[in-house]
Amino acid sequence: MATTQTLTPAMERARRASQRRNLFYLALVAVGLVAPFAAYPVFLMKMLCFALFACAFNLLLGYAGLLSFGHAAFLATGGYVTGFLLSSYPALTPELGILTGTAAAVALGAVFGVLAIRRQGIYFAMVTLALAQLMFFVFIQAPFTGGEDGLHGVPRGELFGLVSLESNLAMYYFVFAVFLIGFAIVQRAVHSPYGQVLKAIRENEPRAVSLGYNVDAYKLLAFVLSAGLAGLAGSTKTVVFQLASLTDAHWHMSGEVILMTLLGGVGTLFGPVVGGSLVVSLQHMLAQSPLGNWVSPILGAIFVVCVLSFRSGIVGELQKLIRKNFK
Amino acid sequence: MTQEFALETRGLTKEFRGFTAVDDVNLQVREGHIHALIGPNGAGKTTVFNLLTKFLPPTRGEILYRGQSITGLKANEIARRGLVRSFQISAVFGHMTALENVRVALQRPIGTSFHFWKSERTLEPLNERAMALLDEVGLADYADVLTVEMPYGRKRALEVATTLAMNPTLMLLDEPTQGMGAEDVDRIVELIRRVAKGRTVLMVEHNLSVVSRLCDRITVLARGSVLAEGDYAAVSADPRVKEAYMGSEAEAEEVGA
Repeated sequence: MATTQTLTPAMERARRASQRRNLFYLALVAVGLVAPFAAYPVFLMKMLCFALFACAFNLLLGYAGLLSFGHAAFLATGGYVTGFLLSSYPALTPELGILTGTAAAVALGAVFGVLAIRRQGIYFAMVTLALAQLMFFVFIQAPFTGGEDGLHGVPRGELFGLVSLESNLAMYYFVFAVFLIGFAIVQRAVHSPYGQVLKAIRENEPRAVSLGYNVDAYKLLAFVLSAGLAGLAGSTKTVVFQLASLTDAHWHMSGEVILMTLLGGVGTLFGPVVGGSLVVSLQHMLAQSPLGNWVSPILGAIFVVCVLSFRSGIVGELQKLIRKNFK
Repeated sequence: MTQEFALETRGLTKEFRGFTAVDDVNLQVREGHIHALIGPNGAGKTTVFNLLTKFLPPTRGEILYRGQSITGLKANEIARRGLVRSFQISAVFGHMTALENVRVALQRPIGTSFHFWKSERTLEPLNERAMALLDEVGLADYADVLTVEMPYGRKRALEVATTLAMNPTLMLLDEPTQGMGAEDVDRIVELIRRVAKGRTVLMVEHNLSVVSRLCDRITVLARGSVLAEGDYAAVSADPRVKEAYMGSEAEAEEVGA
């Protein structure tokens, strides 16, 4: 009788699939560990920071179904707070600076979230955009951000007061660890009791309400988590480049993270990592080629092609192919 | 304390920009009854339903659940008190398995639904109860099937299982047999009869044959007001009801046959 068994065949399958996934992740971690010997570490760190930023964004869009058009504000808040603290208080260690920057982004996320969550669809996107623009002007005017110039020469310092991050290799491993932690948080949140409710809300919100769930509270938590992880990416990026600037706060950045996420595959765990890395690589390569002035139109064209012809993004389409051919 | 009425409305009114969709409705649903809300198209059945389930705020009037006012509560709060609704279009979580659908309803009371740091495996102790509920509605074989891949009638049964997982004292069913073939209708009627034991049910229903087979009491709405109330025999004999259904009377008989 089926009622007595607690593990159904599908769950067995799911468990095996998750074991396969773990092997895949292990292989990727190995690649990440040797990567700085094959490629320029600063470039890799940039990729990791943006991949984390895209993962944060994907948690909100892909798993809570909320399209924010103001995620630059969280990236920049993390960056500026960390940059300001590390520049002003040389005794502060980088991990504390990053944690404080992340906490600031969490707090800002809670404020944005409370204001935006009540609205749906395009109105939600507009509220987040408006609030992010507000933050942009705060960052131009506020005394601690360096205005148009931004903050330069932020010291990398010594991790835990012990390990100097001046060498790019040491810095790389730190960033890699931060990325893994961020990715693990997203992966766990998606596959948690909370993730189940989030999925139910995305699938059918009125039904989730009728099952007693206060859906706004669940969406708010997703928003705050996403903002915090975006802040973590921004804080880490500031330590890497020793720089916090208005580029991170500009609405272009909010658009870019949408592009990264959609290109890689929204609602897939690994999609934003691929998307983020790809966009950063493209920007890097194009900037050095004769097409340097054409970066935006080329990325725009790729975006259009992606939305028109492979909507699930690179990872999403790959998953479809695998499902079709290996089942 | 026993209450005579599971659900009661007093002067319930809903106005949309000068249009009165629901006008001074006094409804009394007796504890343990299967109560039907019927009426021609545009009578305000769905609006009443949405008012009762708090998906719409009333303009005026009061809603009492077991003698206590629930007028100011939110939709998710009344669900926690045991007043659980279903939806006209089958409300299931499409990209979750049947088991997961039911488990989501069981999950909230254990209090870990905000725990984003825990593994979803911590929900596995609920599987047994979820399987029992699926079994109760005849869906044990579908436990691992993604809901989008299930036939329509089965989705509606799954919805019932999910609703039962809330252990409701009052079930509000919005056209439970809508869009179903005859065979599925019979199955759902049986299912409702079975799960209604020890519970109160209020249902909006178009299919008069279903109403005549299931319901203890019927309220007929027309143009936002209560037109008639009584058991099926009394209501179907009422000339005002016939008039309200005029033009669709033949059709109603056809369905009823």
